[in-house]
Amino acid sequence: MTATATHTVRTFDQVAVGDALPALSYEVTATTVVLGALASRDWRPQHHDYAFATKRNGVKDIFLNSPNQAAWLERFVTDWTGPRGRMGRLGFRMLDSIFPGDTMTFTGTVTSAESDETGCGWVGIDITVAVGDRTCTTAKARIALPSSPDDNPWSRKGENWKP
Amino acid sequence: MSGVPPEIEALIDVPQYDEVSEFPVERGYIWTSCASVENGNPLFWDDAVADELTGGPIAMPSMISNWFRPHYWAPGRDVQPMPLQVHFDLKESLGLPEAVMSDNTVTYYEPVRVGDVLRTCQKLRSVSAEKQTKLGTGRFWVIDVEYRNQRDELVGIESWTGFGYRREAAA
Repeated sequence: MTATATHTVRTFDQVAVGDALPALSYEVTATTVVLGALASRDWRPQHHDYAFATKRNGVKDIFLNSPNQAAWLERFVTDWTGPRGRMGRLGFRMLDSIFPGDTMTFTGTVTSAESDETGCGWVGIDITVAVGDRTCTTAKARIALPSSPDDNPWSRKGENWKP
Repeated sequence: MSGVPPEIEALIDVPQYDEVSEFPVERGYIWTSCASVENGNPLFWDDAVADELTGGPIAMPSMISNWFRPHYWAPGRDVQPMPLQVHFDLKESLGLPEAVMSDNTVTYYEPVRVGDVLRTCQKLRSVSAEKQTKLGTGRFWVIDVEYRNQRDELVGIESWTGFGYRREAAA
């Protein structure tokens, strides 16, 4: 038995355009914001200093930093794909800040599923991060999925990896 | 007319700040980053899975910019270096004291492995005309960061869109 046999393996043939990823909701606290900022080595005060954020930036509280939002987005997508899913591209736009006390909800829909000329199966996903009715972040992910349970997109290199 | 000063126009597409990370990629940060978002992907927690899929432990791809953020403090350092220094240079040169990042896109190539020492360079891609937003009046700019490992393999290209601005005076 392989080490990954007990983990989720979502293969390319199991995915269709229009599929929805399982939603993820999370209650953000000040610890979420500060832990995320320090984990990503972001020392800027608006991510840990309430007085700076409110008085200097003019926002209501400290807020999630960009690299930590990327980490949340990666987690949201790979929860669905399993460890064989390999991110090729991740882009996001922050429209509004996410603050302590917010419950952020990630939703995602498959927008494309196609193989490239090397046989690598690519899935495009549109993601929204919302707090109630407020859309805070929109994102697009392009992730490679295995063509079979034994395929491993992580083994692709050079000309065989076209993210 | 964008009204961008010529000395800033001259920097567009010019590689700047060719830098080597201050420390090698290490697992403590990988685990802390996974913990910060409750990411249980076994690729980052289970050595057998990492050995099978990636030939050893790797970092979460989304951590790519972590590895070139300078220490908050280091011996003999008088001025705190900034990550994405081109962004802070633009704030200074354009007289825009506040800034936010709005868009980020990363294309991932070779995985970042534990022990890697990354090298980066930054390129200013564009600066907009002055715009008015709810934050204030300022300019958008796009900065690309290219990441390579110690084997000179491309590991990622990151593109940031920033907005530098002045807050409007209270009425």
